[in-house]
Amino acid sequence: MLLRHTNKEIKPRESLTVNPAKTCQPIGAMYASLGIHNCLPHSHGSQGCCAYHRSALTRHFREPVMAATSSFTEGSSVFGGQSNLIQAIDTIFTTYEPDVIAVHTTCLSETIGDDVNQIAIKAVKDGKVPKGKYVIHTSTPSYVGSHVTGFSNMTKAMATAFSKSTGVSNGKFNIIPGYVEPSDMTEIKRVVKEMGIKPILFPDTSNVLNGPQTGKYKMYPDGGVTIEELTSAGDSIGTIALGNTASADAARALDTRCKVPCQVLDLPIGLAATDRFINTLRTVAGVNVPASIDLERGQLLDIITDMQAYLYHKKVALAGDPDQLIPLVEFLISIDMMPVHIVTGTPGKDFVKRIEALTADLPYKVNVKAGGGADMYLLHQWIKNEPVDLLISNTYGKYIARDEDIPFMRYGFPIVDRVGHSYFPSVCYKGGMRLLEKILDLLLDRIDRDSLEETFELVM
Amino acid sequence: MSLKTKDQIETTTGRTEIPDPEMVKKELIAKYPTKVARKRSKQIMPNTTDECGNPTVMGANVRTVPGIITQRGCCYAGCKGVIMGPTRDIVNLVHGPIGCSFYAWLTRRNQTRPPTDQDDNYMTYCFSTDMQDNDIVFGGEKKLKAAIQEAYDNFKPKAISIFSTCPVGLIGDDVHAVAREMKEKLGINVFGFSCEGYKGVSQSAGHHIANNGIFTHVVGENDTIMDADYKINLLGEYNIGGDAFEIDRILGLCGISLVSTFSGNSSYDQFANCHTADLNAVMCHRSINYVADMLEIRYGIPWIKINFIGAQATAKSLRKIAQYFDEPELIERVEAVIAAELPEIERVKEEVKQRCEGKLAMMFVGGSRAHSYQGIFKEIGMRTISAGYEFAHRDDYEGRRVIDDIKVDADSRNIQELEITRDETRYNPRKTEAEMAELAEKGVAFKEYNGMMADMDPNALVIDDISQYETEKLIEIYKPDLYCAGIKEKYAVQKSGIPMKQLHSYDSGGPYAGFKGAINFYKEIDRMVNSKVWGYIQAPWQGSPELSAKYGWE
Repeated sequence: MLLRHTNKEIKPRESLTVNPAKTCQPIGAMYASLGIHNCLPHSHGSQGCCAYHRSALTRHFREPVMAATSSFTEGSSVFGGQSNLIQAIDTIFTTYEPDVIAVHTTCLSETIGDDVNQIAIKAVKDGKVPKGKYVIHTSTPSYVGSHVTGFSNMTKAMATAFSKSTGVSNGKFNIIPGYVEPSDMTEIKRVVKEMGIKPILFPDTSNVLNGPQTGKYKMYPDGGVTIEELTSAGDSIGTIALGNTASADAARALDTRCKVPCQVLDLPIGLAATDRFINTLRTVAGVNVPASIDLERGQLLDIITDMQAYLYHKKVALAGDPDQLIPLVEFLISIDMMPVHIVTGTPGKDFVKRIEALTADLPYKVNVKAGGGADMYLLHQWIKNEPVDLLISNTYGKYIARDEDIPFMRYGFPIVDRVGHSYFPSVCYKGGMRLLEKILDLLLDRIDRDSLEETFELVM
Repeated sequence: MSLKTKDQIETTTGRTEIPDPEMVKKELIAKYPTKVARKRSKQIMPNTTDECGNPTVMGANVRTVPGIITQRGCCYAGCKGVIMGPTRDIVNLVHGPIGCSFYAWLTRRNQTRPPTDQDDNYMTYCFSTDMQDNDIVFGGEKKLKAAIQEAYDNFKPKAISIFSTCPVGLIGDDVHAVAREMKEKLGINVFGFSCEGYKGVSQSAGHHIANNGIFTHVVGENDTIMDADYKINLLGEYNIGGDAFEIDRILGLCGISLVSTFSGNSSYDQFANCHTADLNAVMCHRSINYVADMLEIRYGIPWIKINFIGAQATAKSLRKIAQYFDEPELIERVEAVIAAELPEIERVKEEVKQRCEGKLAMMFVGGSRAHSYQGIFKEIGMRTISAGYEFAHRDDYEGRRVIDDIKVDADSRNIQELEITRDETRYNPRKTEAEMAELAEKGVAFKEYNGMMADMDPNALVIDDISQYETEKLIEIYKPDLYCAGIKEKYAVQKSGIPMKQLHSYDSGGPYAGFKGAINFYKEIDRMVNSKVWGYIQAPWQGSPELSAKYGWE
């Protein structure tokens, strides 16, 4: 047994986290920064964080992930990291020539209280920031929230650093897609355009972290939201923020700053959440839903109808990030499955409330926990007490899946042992079809594996 | 880099013209701001020697230039991630916010095989105090104590070790005091490491701190002497992809017993008992030379440098160990094992060599492999044209004879040097001075490591703490056939159309050590440099972008 020390008996834990269902802020900020065109993320801390975050993102996307670091030493940890950051800005603009450096912090620079804003202003004064180039920044203390919080903080920073309201509408909608895969961002853009709406999508990591092999390495790939688009975001008709944890802060900041009205929706995962997304787009933009979208919805529904028998009352355990888990749980319920154990390491009371509301009509009480103590060790203990038919989580779930012999769907961040997730969407109706196909494949493979020879079926 | 067709690959085979390393160096630093260029010029050196044959002085183990895009990690990674992480039966509790423990959770491929299903194995677990803002403001000692208690209640481990992360040192949590208190309370060994990420300039500081900690808190705790003829410790072997398993297999065939491995597939008891071995064989010099030295001073165990990467190096290392014990029976057995393993190696090597001969490799790996893999490339006819370490010291580049000349700079001065003295009761010189001198005469060099540069071509370029920019330039200038480094470099190199071998994680392959490992490695390199994929980069229509007026079906 790989997790041989995990016992059925659950002892209360207040202080010890075992096998977390989250990681720390800066990696989310780094991911968001990569969604700006010609941007180099910068980690203001000691260099280990930056190396770990780059490695983790690289393992997940199997793409180059570039970022610089202030490389704190013990001296700068005591006396402040100002000279490190100013030197870094100089070295970066001279050597790597980005248009934007997006600075985030770590628990080190946050604990010592470095004032990054003041340092950035000094860098401009000292002539270290070439004309037409930018340094933006956000605070991402690792001891608050999770990687999703870091993503949210950087997304907010990119909205507020550039957006301007000129008083003339650009006729577009801002779409904040949340902490999702590049493939999901592509899909969201496609659907919005299909509806006849012009989007400004940010951050946008499509074509950055799912790029092609061309024989030529491009440090700044073709994708990413441009500075012009971010500036123009202040003139948009409205903002749609997908995922409360990752996207709401940026949308509200744009509202406050440029009076761009916003709506916060769930990530469009599964049938109902995508319905709400499409319906909102239709209403706010005053457009008709095209037949092509109706067709996709119908196709998703068709698969559910066809294969419903295999889904009915199957128990599911889930670990992941709150914005994904909420619509995913809703989707599972809508296809007659039974989510029974749910954890997210990201703290927040709203998550538990939303899950409880979504599962209120189920004939049992779900195990749900967020934040401190909500780790995959607890999830595993719950599973030992009440076994499930399917486990959905990032790659770390494979250890539980193997020990307990549970069909396992990789979902969320990070997935480091398979490829495809950054190229194929799981949002909107198309993504719903893909999720359903994956779930059904797993459940049917299990039936094939376990069936007796006489009940081994050709047609299912 | 344009695509490489099969023809072009063949024309590169056997090429002898290499760009002048001095010119390459100039080009690598030309774009940097003046101060940065000056600093980097001390860490980029053509592999020349002075009139006495001593290699050039390498700038190494100095602080990283902020913003340069280094591949280096931190002190915590060196301590927890590298040295202590592979130990299976100690609960490694990380005191800090969640990231540090999350990123070191199963990401290095230290394989583990406990003797039975009942034995402790915490490798798949990740333990953290998950510090919150409150802990930063009011201190985290209380939470740390509670976490240790909860770890004990849930897991009942043999020992618990604590790893400090960046904020811990800043807010003044005393992890050692907490460890002492909890050791007293729980009656198991609890010990701490002050391996805050900002200490030193790289992972290297963490190695030193781990060496000191394990030596202080665990080594010597168990005096049981193993009943075996030839007892050694394998130091600095972390069992990536099963390397240590293959080395174990070979040693087993030779009749040599391992008291401990530092620290692939290791256990608490091995560390506690390692002072009873008769010889230390040091694989990774950088990470573990401190323990090797301390074991010699305190307990009288000599150490030799060995290398199990490549068939020749493996054979040589086995012979060296046998020579040390100086028993005809052992020497004979070692020769028999080598003779039995070699034919299969020769067969694969000769086949692979036909397709790899003359190809150029580059290696930029941690603190050891950039050197230890050069021999295995030679075995299949490949040349290492440029190499360097992330965090090695001058002695790893130039050899241990420069140790006395190394000045510890301000950034590393606070890494503790333990004052080790002889253990009055347990000190036992394994060989008399006369025997040692006689062995030295026969060529068994004790406490000696000549460094990487001595083994490299005179026109090779040595680069310490290479940056992303320098990597791209090197590839552009040399157009190597293979680039070896880590995960952060992998995909940028690959997108340039150059095969890229990870020599940290082995790209999920391995083992590469020992005899079976050599075969695996030959085959893997053959696959990589000769893969068809590099021929597909250009689409058929990209060669002639003009629309032809003639259609295919006409």
